[in-house]
Amino acid sequence: MARVEDSAGVRSDKLSEERLRDLFREMLLIRRFEEKVEERFRAGELPGFLHVALGEEAVAAGVCAALQPDDVIASTHRAHHHTIAKGTHVNAVMAELYGKVEGCSGGYGGSMHLYDVEKGNLGANAVVGGGLAGIVGAALAFKLKGEQRVAVAFFGDGATNSGAFHESMNLAQLWRVPAVFVLENNGWAESTPASQHLPLPVDELAKRAVAYGMTAIEADGQDVEDVYAGAREAREHAASGKGPVLLHVRTYRLTGHYVGDPQVYRDKQELRELWETQDPIEKLRERLGIAQEQFDAIDAEVTAEVDASVELAQNGTDRKPEDALNWVYAEGSLAPDA
Amino acid sequence: MPELTYREAVRDGLAEVMRGDDRVFLMGEDIAEMGGSMGVTQGLLDEFGAERVRNTPISEMAIVGAGIGAAMQGMLPVIEIMYEDFLTLSMEQLVNQAAKHRTMSGGQLQVPLTIRTQGGAGWSPGAQHAQQLESWFVHVPGLKVVFASTPEDVRGLLWSSIYDPNPVVFFEHRTLYPIKGEVPDELQPIPLGRARVQREGSDVTVVATGRLVHEALRAAEEAEQDGISVEVVDPRTLSPLDAEAIVESVKKTTRCVTAHEAVVQGGFGAELAAVVQHGAFDYLDAPIERVGARFAPLPFAPVMEDWCIPDAADVLEAVRRTVARA
Repeated sequence: MARVEDSAGVRSDKLSEERLRDLFREMLLIRRFEEKVEERFRAGELPGFLHVALGEEAVAAGVCAALQPDDVIASTHRAHHHTIAKGTHVNAVMAELYGKVEGCSGGYGGSMHLYDVEKGNLGANAVVGGGLAGIVGAALAFKLKGEQRVAVAFFGDGATNSGAFHESMNLAQLWRVPAVFVLENNGWAESTPASQHLPLPVDELAKRAVAYGMTAIEADGQDVEDVYAGAREAREHAASGKGPVLLHVRTYRLTGHYVGDPQVYRDKQELRELWETQDPIEKLRERLGIAQEQFDAIDAEVTAEVDASVELAQNGTDRKPEDALNWVYAEGSLAPDA
Repeated sequence: MPELTYREAVRDGLAEVMRGDDRVFLMGEDIAEMGGSMGVTQGLLDEFGAERVRNTPISEMAIVGAGIGAAMQGMLPVIEIMYEDFLTLSMEQLVNQAAKHRTMSGGQLQVPLTIRTQGGAGWSPGAQHAQQLESWFVHVPGLKVVFASTPEDVRGLLWSSIYDPNPVVFFEHRTLYPIKGEVPDELQPIPLGRARVQREGSDVTVVATGRLVHEALRAAEEAEQDGISVEVVDPRTLSPLDAEAIVESVKKTTRCVTAHEAVVQGGFGAELAAVVQHGAFDYLDAPIERVGARFAPLPFAPVMEDWCIPDAADVLEAVRRTVARA
């Protein structure tokens, strides 16, 4: 972790070994979940458009570990890892992918619109950059109400080329709202590499914060401790009234853009090498010195959890077609005496 | 009953709600010291302060998005988009976000956001400061759409829009700001989804919105000289639409003209005509006539502008065509 701006800020604490092991389990749970999603999609069981986060598990786990339960997030089309890390049970996520009543969005959202408002997940957004301005508004509401909460937007390097990103960064900094912009930079805008969509070197994207006078913090997205430390500092900065932060997390998408993507645009050798050198789960396993036997035990546990989520989802409750109209409008009035 | 201008009525409605409810705050370009480019929010900064009357950068997308985020956290933001032409810059947030969060979340979220905006021709602004785009928003499930034509209605409907738990796009018409009308002493909320019969008549129903309500009333007076009795119905809320009131009126008069300032093609009049023909098919004595602007980006020169946009004479002609059929 390093700050782009000079800072007196020091990591106030590090994750305990026990917390790190929890995060290891969570990251492996996400990994097995995503692999299962690919498998069930290929089996023809999952409708829709799916994006998995193989390789980006530490970003979600590290950021969400640094948040308070009542902090809120907005996610992206690649949302499973954020949603699980923010506290939604895999059963509810899997059920959503099957379009069931038990899903975290009740079957109305699907993979690209995972919501869990009780857990602070304000929704995954299928429009690149679509969730950023809403996070500015949520943060503004916290500020106006005097609440010590922080609003967090996840988005990728592709989103930083959208007007939504720039308008949101500008407004957030202007009003010094408690927001954290988590730039989950995997170097790909779908099939277009950073070299074709960024005029800056891919590792220097945090410079975009400088234009707005916004504090930027860098973190290594394959190192969950570093992500956590960066996110923790970003959260503290935002919550203390100093204004928003751009948390630039460099990461790697060790899979296609979507499930089924043949990745014709990608160098297969390079991808193999990334798997060997940039797998965040392997890195943490080495860091913690988790022996094969221990690993297998944890793996068996999370695999069973994922398998159970599939079984529950397969046997979940189907929506009635006409349920489509249930939530088009909210009823009633918000008038004080209503 | 006191008299207020349409502009004062909007301001009065905003102030009234803000006095009694800390959840309500305003965001928009030039709304604070300047009081808005139409002068609607003049004085509100002094009364409510800069936290609640917030000047914004020229970032329509972010303003609307921020309103959505704040609304989801229990605030009741009221946004002013200076010209409805500029709504185009916030379409992503309005259409993909505000309108859909509730359904996409399976009912976990609601977005009680009010977007006030204004438009309208008649002052030679050219093509980018006078559009009437209300029908775009009627096409989006999850949004409500209001278009008030009188001081009383604009105040009462604004109150209901702010307290509606859904995103409401609230259209005001530029040329109506100076018009005066009686309003109740105390603000009387007017529920969304109810039409108002502005003038009773027995031969033809003119369903009109915005400025065209007033043009229709003028046309009705002239028609009366020819012995034609015109009923003028203002839907006031375009979505949800008070279809019943409109259909009932046409069943009585057996003829229908729709009238708005927006272009005819794909305009709200098309929706009204469909509703009327389906609901009152057996009662109709003439094809439904649609009055609206010519299908052209609005040209600058007054002579062309005037020719493009509809007025009372166009409504009167349409009324006469329906009567001539029987």
